[in-house]
Amino acid sequence: MADFYSTLTRSPLGKTVTGSLGLPQPASLRRGRTLPERPVALGAIGAAGLAAQTLALLGVDAVDALLDTPETRTTDDEGKARPPAYEQRLGGLVLDATAARTIADLETVRALLRPALRSMGSSGRVVVLGVQPEAVDGVEATAVAQALEGIVRSVGKEMRSGGTANLVQVAGTSAQELASTLLFLLEGRSAYVSGQPVRIGTVGQVPAPEARPFEGQIVVVTGAARGIGAGIARVFARDGATVVAVDVPAAGQPLAAVANEMGGTALQLDITAPDAGRRIAAHVAGRYGDGSRIHAVVHNAGITRDKLLVNTDEERWQSVLEVNLAAQLRINDVLLDPELPGGLSDGGRIVGVASTSGIAGNRGQSNYAASKAGVIGAVHALAPLVAHRGITVNAVAPGFIETEMTGKVPFATREFARRFNSVQQGGRPVDVAEAIAWFADPASAAVTGQVLRVCGQSQIGA
Amino acid sequence: MTSIPRTAVIVGGNRIPFGKAGGAYAAASNQDMLTAALDGLVARFGLSGQRLGEVAAGAVLKHSRDFNLTREAVLGSALDPHTPAYDLQQACGTGLETVIQVSNKITLGQIDSGVAGGVDSASDAPIAVSEGLRKALIKAGAARTTAQRLKALGAIRPGDLTPETPRNAEARTGLSMGEHQARTAKEWGITREAQDELAAASHHRLAAAWDAGFFDDLATPFLRLTRDQGLRPDTSVEKLAKLSPVFGKGEGATLTAGNSTPLSDGAALVLLAEQEWARARNLPVLARIVDAEVAAVDYVGGGEGLLMAPAYAVPRLLARQGLSLQDFDLYEIHEAFASTVLATLAAWESPEFTRDRLGLEAPLGAVDRARLNVHGSSLAAGHPFAATGGRIVAGLAKMLSEKGPGSRGLVSICAAGGQGVVAILEAV
Repeated sequence: MADFYSTLTRSPLGKTVTGSLGLPQPASLRRGRTLPERPVALGAIGAAGLAAQTLALLGVDAVDALLDTPETRTTDDEGKARPPAYEQRLGGLVLDATAARTIADLETVRALLRPALRSMGSSGRVVVLGVQPEAVDGVEATAVAQALEGIVRSVGKEMRSGGTANLVQVAGTSAQELASTLLFLLEGRSAYVSGQPVRIGTVGQVPAPEARPFEGQIVVVTGAARGIGAGIARVFARDGATVVAVDVPAAGQPLAAVANEMGGTALQLDITAPDAGRRIAAHVAGRYGDGSRIHAVVHNAGITRDKLLVNTDEERWQSVLEVNLAAQLRINDVLLDPELPGGLSDGGRIVGVASTSGIAGNRGQSNYAASKAGVIGAVHALAPLVAHRGITVNAVAPGFIETEMTGKVPFATREFARRFNSVQQGGRPVDVAEAIAWFADPASAAVTGQVLRVCGQSQIGA
Repeated sequence: MTSIPRTAVIVGGNRIPFGKAGGAYAAASNQDMLTAALDGLVARFGLSGQRLGEVAAGAVLKHSRDFNLTREAVLGSALDPHTPAYDLQQACGTGLETVIQVSNKITLGQIDSGVAGGVDSASDAPIAVSEGLRKALIKAGAARTTAQRLKALGAIRPGDLTPETPRNAEARTGLSMGEHQARTAKEWGITREAQDELAAASHHRLAAAWDAGFFDDLATPFLRLTRDQGLRPDTSVEKLAKLSPVFGKGEGATLTAGNSTPLSDGAALVLLAEQEWARARNLPVLARIVDAEVAAVDYVGGGEGLLMAPAYAVPRLLARQGLSLQDFDLYEIHEAFASTVLATLAAWESPEFTRDRLGLEAPLGAVDRARLNVHGSSLAAGHPFAATGGRIVAGLAKMLSEKGPGSRGLVSICAAGGQGVVAILEAV
């Protein structure tokens, strides 16, 4: 799956040539349910204990983070001051800044980051915990909470060798509620997520993260026949889910292959059909028993009909909005009926797929960007409406993902998209899938109304 | 043995869209198509990795290397490789005969579930060497010395090098099926207009069914073909009337390429199970197989039409079940030719035929044409010989289920060799 340039830079000669030319050196990313092999350092501002409690809950033994101060520096042979150095390379740094309220506290953030970044190993992780800016009183405290975002976004861009940096913004969040998110950000599952803020609230009791969190659960994935959709189905199946793979009847052959690989079922269905939601529910109730309900529905199906707006007619406009936005709103309405056999269960999950195009817009994609920005709007609107049933609503916004579809993007555009991000390579369908599965995890109950970019911190669509 | 009565039911089906000979599936083998149909069926019902009672299927045009065609398809599919399989062949009756076979085994308690159907490729038809070449090659292979080998190969004559292609002809009469049917059409006075009307209706009805999504859970695309390749939604009686007859000679010739089924490629399968077994697994229960009958006619010296056997099989089946021909909500009569359907219907209405040939006092009477082949049939879909039974049974079971419990359907399929396979389905 690695692109030609990445393969080139990993050959001895290619590495020498591209290295001496100062060209990007895309790293081989740690993926999957794997924690960093090297030690994770833990540092905190003041008496904050949330990160420490959460790491303890996850069974991660952290080492104390070093602090870069004039006193802790040493002088090297040339007489230069050197920050304190870790004894070995780090797998990551968890920085608990939930108690940061003053601009002076930000100096501690710097002092904790500097030694850790100098010692960071490949596919390293920086996870900063802060409070949600709205959750603190006072102008300076709010400014400081916001400042963390600027730090993390910049550090993400400075990370090398496949490292990532992300910010978790909490508000009354417990260690149990934080656990699934901290684990996701430390593990290989978040390989293509960097420079992103994630917000977590509080809901009370949440289950602990498990290796196969979807055991016995039904997950519906639309657009599952190929590309990102097939990747989503695979990750859910890996994590124990019974997958209902949905795609248009014309995609039946690859859809059947996906369903059979996962031991799931294939449902050939045009999601724009007026009765699509009912047919999904009927399939679930029919195939898995009247009492069965959907744990998660992933609205992945999407199309593009790219043209400059000056050349876009109503057909191009409407077909994209219909498939990418209207269909999933209708399906949600149906599946959210608590009385409907085969509908979405209480404590269920709705996950949409937006796009970086939906965040930043894209030339020639006004219809697509409308639909994808619409998905984001729908997430924000629906999340609070269904929170009382324990249902969360979130979306991912993928950047450049290596699929059959993006393989058709012109070479120069494709190379540009691949390189101009913090990890200097395209993402894989599995990267998007992992983020979706994290949203859908029963342990992620306190994560709702969020849109997570899975783009390697792309400069495009930023 | 348990004394609880067992009922064999149709759970569902799957086929690939049928291709035109030399069309979308020109490079696909019977095994490729059968495996694709099987994988689609497995995916629809979530049977991946599961062991079923058996898979029974067949092909009419079959390479000798495909002696274990169905078993090979199972091994190449997502089913548990511990699922047994066998080939069965009864010309165009193959698909329905496998349904009867699997259904009987289920009813007897020998198996709880099974897949039945068939596949055929007119594109990948087996081509054999001539008898002279075959004998010479075998002799040369057995030779012990070079001299003997050269002598054996020297016996090959230029004429021996012409390959033998399978012919759509009856071994005993040398006549093609079309020529046989042309005689039957003439005998029964089936008009060109009536045949073209039936053909046009078949296309229009099948096109409407595809448009309505009827095949969303009955077909899985294969090799980018998403609908039956021979389907012509825009055909009309006027367009069909312009075609020249291809079978029969002279003035009374009425059989054209438009009202005869084209050579086709495709595969179709039906999932059958014991009713309670299916319910326990949350599998749909569409219809039960009530009964079946196979008849054969003497078309060689007995003066009966090659494809008229269903006209005999149906009355025998009705008598056994105590039903009249009008006791059905739906009828599926395989459209080998439009005139086959029309001659069969005419026979059941004919006092002479029923008295002289069937030995019955009264004709069976007419069939409500609005209930006949309501979503089109072989003229529009195409007719990969062994696949037709699976196509018809799965579609009829779905239609009956939609009509509601107790709805009854009759399937009638004519086959080469003067045979006819018929069956009754009833919605559960």
